[in-house]
Amino acid sequence: MKQGLVALVVGFMFAVGLGVSGMTQPEKVIGFLNVSGAWDPSLIFVMLGAIAFHAVTYKVIRKRKSPLLAMNWQVPSKREVTPALILGSVLFGIGWGLGGYCPGPAVTSMASFDFQPWLFVGSMLIGMVMFKQLDRKLKLQK
Amino acid sequence: MSIEWIHALIGGLIIGAAVSVMLLMNGRVTGISGIINGAISPQKGDTAWRLLFIAGLLLGGLALRSLNPEILGSSPHSNPMITLVAGLLVGFGTIMGSGCTSGHGVCGISRFSPRSLAATITFMGAGVLSVYLLRSAGVLP
Repeated sequence: MKQGLVALVVGFMFAVGLGVSGMTQPEKVIGFLNVSGAWDPSLIFVMLGAIAFHAVTYKVIRKRKSPLLAMNWQVPSKREVTPALILGSVLFGIGWGLGGYCPGPAVTSMASFDFQPWLFVGSMLIGMVMFKQLDRKLKLQK
Repeated sequence: MSIEWIHALIGGLIIGAAVSVMLLMNGRVTGISGIINGAISPQKGDTAWRLLFIAGLLLGGLALRSLNPEILGSSPHSNPMITLVAGLLVGFGTIMGSGCTSGHGVCGISRFSPRSLAATITFMGAGVLSVYLLRSAGVLP
């Protein structure tokens, strides 16, 4: 229950961070990816800020034996760069450029009650299910 | 520095703080595509926190909207087919590639994961290429 409350608060903070930074404006995101045109590089500071902050806190936090509310750490430890990782990231990147939304900003933007983010999130969920169905046969993620 | 860069930096720091709280308290990575994916394929005892995280995002969205409705923008095109295909690609690609901007781009790079670095360079490059091709094809202005 406490972990659920933490998740709620983290979700709220994350959405506020996305909104403040400009990530919930697809036009701005597409401007950031438009390197060959009227490039708007400001969004690079979202990643730089988040990474700078978390690179420090990650080191400090991981010195603990365990998290405060859970028994164990659940941090991915896989290190190999696989074809599925690269191909999946290519497809994600194409979709990101096409719509201007990545998953977090898309869900946050549903609060506008505009049709576009709802359509995007609906088809994103279908895309997730499609990959899982396909992966049952192909086992790409093994 | 223009004000937009400062907003981006402050927003980034808030995101960095959010993912730090998740790690310190729950011991988890804040990878949004993974959290959503786990929420739609429920496993006992592993669903409630995911739904609450998503609820937090939506509440945050509502708070932003009440401050200024323009914070939640829309794409420069209004073609629903483009949005549909974009969503399918993002959903399919993030699960195939084990993460998105949050899981790989923020959490993964912060712990110097070679997988996340490779994924982030790849999806950013693909995003740049995608926008270039869409502008060449006249789909995006």
